[in-house]
Amino acid sequence: MNLEQVLQRPDVWRGNHAHATHAIASGFPALDRLLPGGGWPRGAITEIVLPHDGIGELRLLLPALARLSRGDSWVAFIAPPHIPYAPALVAAGVELSRLLLVHPRKPAGSMSRISEPTLPLPSGEGWGEGSRSWRADCWWAIESSLRAGACAAALAWIGDVDAAHVRRWQLAAEAGGTWGILFQRQPIPNSSAALRLQLASAGTDALTIHVLKRRGGWPIGPVRVELDHALAMRASAPPCARDISPRRAR
Amino acid sequence: MHLPRLALEIYHRGARADQPLVIAEGEGREQRVVAASEGARRGGVWPGMRVSEAYALASALCVKARDTTAERESLERLAAWSGQYTSCVSLIPPDTLLLEIAGSRRLHGGPDRLTRQVRDGLNDLGYTAWLATAPTPLGATWLARAGREVEITDHAALFSVLAQLPLTCLNLEPQCEVRLTGMGLATLVDCLRLPRDGIARRVGPEILASLDRAFGRLPDPRAAFAPPERFHARLGLPAPVTTREALLFPLHRLLIELAGFLAARGMGAAALDITLHSTRAVSTRVRLQLVAPSRDAQHLGGLVRERLERLTLEAPVEEVRLDVDALLPLAARPLDLFAGPRTPDEARTQLTERLQARFGRDAVRVAACCAEHRPERAWRYVEPGTRTETIADSPLVFARDSRRPLWLLPEPIALDMRDGQPYRKGALTIEPPRERIESGWWDGEEIARDYFVARNPKGQQFWIFRELHTAHWFLHGIFG
Repeated sequence: MNLEQVLQRPDVWRGNHAHATHAIASGFPALDRLLPGGGWPRGAITEIVLPHDGIGELRLLLPALARLSRGDSWVAFIAPPHIPYAPALVAAGVELSRLLLVHPRKPAGSMSRISEPTLPLPSGEGWGEGSRSWRADCWWAIESSLRAGACAAALAWIGDVDAAHVRRWQLAAEAGGTWGILFQRQPIPNSSAALRLQLASAGTDALTIHVLKRRGGWPIGPVRVELDHALAMRASAPPCARDISPRRAR
Repeated sequence: MHLPRLALEIYHRGARADQPLVIAEGEGREQRVVAASEGARRGGVWPGMRVSEAYALASALCVKARDTTAERESLERLAAWSGQYTSCVSLIPPDTLLLEIAGSRRLHGGPDRLTRQVRDGLNDLGYTAWLATAPTPLGATWLARAGREVEITDHAALFSVLAQLPLTCLNLEPQCEVRLTGMGLATLVDCLRLPRDGIARRVGPEILASLDRAFGRLPDPRAAFAPPERFHARLGLPAPVTTREALLFPLHRLLIELAGFLAARGMGAAALDITLHSTRAVSTRVRLQLVAPSRDAQHLGGLVRERLERLTLEAPVEEVRLDVDALLPLAARPLDLFAGPRTPDEARTQLTERLQARFGRDAVRVAACCAEHRPERAWRYVEPGTRTETIADSPLVFARDSRRPLWLLPEPIALDMRDGQPYRKGALTIEPPRERIESGWWDGEEIARDYFVARNPKGQQFWIFRELHTAHWFLHGIFG
């Protein structure tokens, strides 16, 4: 039995075999080189750990989100901590009509009231801070969005997530072919997310990214990403040519 | 299509459990059982008994008065539901429906498969039916009434089967039936053997005319049932229901009825109204607004379930109503070999509706731009599914080189001041350029602000402004 035959065996797994099928180009070549398959993983959960809001975490995702929003599916924001600001999103190339904003909360009062309650305006610094039933609603919204097969990406700002949730959502994301993104303050212990990034600020409009976990690879980093570079590229260049793989057949 | 247990099933189909239930007709002591459920029969209760006798046999018996109006309504709704199988349905009150299937049996894959579909559908609705197929309407009616579930396509076979039927399935007038049995006649073939003029003289010519119609010797045109414009259905529950889970079952049956009704009309429901009646409290109304018309019972059932989870039942529910006034045309799905189970549009709509059913319509939104200089008014929420042009066509009224944050705070937050500098988790470094926004003098919500991009030592990037009149600093956005 030679080496080639051994490698043909189904129970032999090769660590450097990248999952190249369903990657979404991030728009940052330096980052793409670190990500398995050369981009964000479609049909899997990405966990983004960052200490503070506003260091550029959304701008890091925007090139990919903008391109996904021009497709057939939703890009869902679940329990966003503030108001996603429409003019800035349009300027970043996001197709607003595909951006679904979900604010889980109970309909006010009894069901017999048909009048529509006013929209809750999110506020505060915390993610996922709320009553137990509110968190259960968020979990439900995340899972439904991931599983529905109607979302290209689903972003959730909710704390208090444990490994069991992530495992469920990982399966739901695989079933729905959705890129699920969880923003977290701390890494989720024993999480089964396919990718985990730790972000830190690296001066004005730049981020340092550590890949804490990735499929088919070991932790790697840091890599420095210039966010303004991405903004400039969005304005001029057409969408990256890499993401031409058809969506997985459902 | 004969419904032998319709009087019972209009109550019975609202619940899964088989409890002793009888339907009674008549007044006072002469009240008699006309139909008894399986559970009641096991206790020895049979149709024809006095109600008092039935009580003596089964103490836990639930007795309902016969409701002929509800039976008629149910029959009409079933006729509307059957419209999905054929374009021509006629009613034979009180408990029989005629479906003309010669024209549509090929569409549904042959008479066998069509019969099976109808039977399965009726089963899901909670009705027991005896189905018979025959070339003449009256022949099919008699066969179904006699419980002979046969499929006959030619007249010769029809004659031989029909001739064996007892006279009781003709639904003759009592004295006429008595006279015929008194003559020693038991089946149709006995009738046919006698000279026609003799029978006509003794029991009237009507029976001859019916026999001729049944055997196809006389034409037998039937008035087609015209389905109503809107869907209204009510379903009485055999016992008051206090849990939401128990409500799902009758509601699901109503939704299947609705799906058939809508399929027959080529329509979809745009909104559902569910009313839960109870005698002790005001009834609860739930309105389910859909983003796109639908007639998928499975999908609608999921929405109803999400919606009911939020419901607190104040009193036991005794009757469920489903009303659909808003009907929109919905084309049948083309039979495409390669298309997936759903189009992307449908998939998006279904997700939106599920989320809206659970959280309310206002909790699931899409943002849009407005042509407005004031940052807090440059955006608004719109309904998901709003056309792209209305969302993105608003011109961006800020200069390309000025920056806007990805997150906006609902209300500007006053910033702390330390050593004369604005402070937010660290001293803020203010970066040029300054952007002055002065606008809104015409509607009293005037603003005059100088906006800056600011950073704190932790790397957070904020959008802050200084009010020109007060020189106070506020946080208005986060760059994200």
